[in-house]
Amino acid sequence: MVKADIRIELKHGVADPEGENTRKALELLGFKGIKSVKTVKLFEVEMDAEPEEAKEAAEEMCRRLLANPVIQTFRVDLK
Amino acid sequence: MNIQDIRVCVLRIEGTNCEEEAYNAFKLLGADPEKVHLKQLTGDCPPSMRRDLDDYQILMFPGGFSAGDYVRAGAIFAARIKSRLAPDVENFVSSGRPVLGICNGFQILVELGLLPSFDEILSEEPQAALYTNDSGRFECRPTYLKHENHGKCVFTSQLPRGEVVLFPSAHAEGNLRFPTDREMEIVRRLEENDQIVFRYVDADGNYAGYPWCPSGTVANIGGICNPEGNVLGLMPHPERVMFRYQHPDWTRDQDPNAPGDGRVIFSSALEYVSRRY
Repeated sequence: MVKADIRIELKHGVADPEGENTRKALELLGFKGIKSVKTVKLFEVEMDAEPEEAKEAAEEMCRRLLANPVIQTFRVDLK
Repeated sequence: MNIQDIRVCVLRIEGTNCEEEAYNAFKLLGADPEKVHLKQLTGDCPPSMRRDLDDYQILMFPGGFSAGDYVRAGAIFAARIKSRLAPDVENFVSSGRPVLGICNGFQILVELGLLPSFDEILSEEPQAALYTNDSGRFECRPTYLKHENHGKCVFTSQLPRGEVVLFPSAHAEGNLRFPTDREMEIVRRLEENDQIVFRYVDADGNYAGYPWCPSGTVANIGGICNPEGNVLGLMPHPERVMFRYQHPDWTRDQDPNAPGDGRVIFSSALEYVSRRY
């Protein structure tokens, strides 16, 4: 069995209100020196497949559902 | 075609929650709406419940939180349609029949690639995104919208250009975005194609930022149509203001049962269909 870690990130230049609000909240809690907070989404997909097939399938999942290419990029890591 | 014969497919899956209001809006105006689950169109149901999209004259994607808004708002509903019904939906749109998406429905149309639909009816990948509001919050209140379409959109033909209407907004992801490096170029293209239908304004009808514009959306855009004008997506909810008593200032009006601002969207589409078919 293969596990694919699918990481969905916001493209450079796309605002991240959730990350920004989290940064403000952390500062209100007294944390100092925070430069930025970014949100990413991670899907762990377990598959019964050969690594090569699994990677291809995971990338197809990103194209068909998991990522919107207008605002997001994806990266697949097999484990 | 008589209005009472116009069949409206109000399409839903799990998590859709504005289908009742959508159904009522068309029913009130005398049409023949039906709440249809996606599985009834794909055939994953008993034969007696099976429906064919081609039997309807209007397709409507109501608001809600389809599939729990998981992954991205509207993404799962859109992916399911695309994998099973893409040719049916393409035929529906290319035949000129009206398609309306409100709130989550607009998010579905964008994820599906039916809007903005620059080069093809159904783009392979989304060409826009309805992204998290600038505030990072669910914004829920009446909003003012200026009608900016020059006459292409079949859902606003009865609404004079420049008129300001009040539709309630209720969304966390209404921030229309295009690829950042080409955003203003795409907005210009929308303007040239007459695809911008509504922009958020303040009470005096001037473009204004938050809180008048709840999301921080590009160029204050609240609703767009496809280049042909028969597909409209908008974030605010016209189906929630079918009567004056649904407006916040209803006690100041003479007749609480008079038509609300939202009615024009549905009556324009019905008039278009009744004239055309």
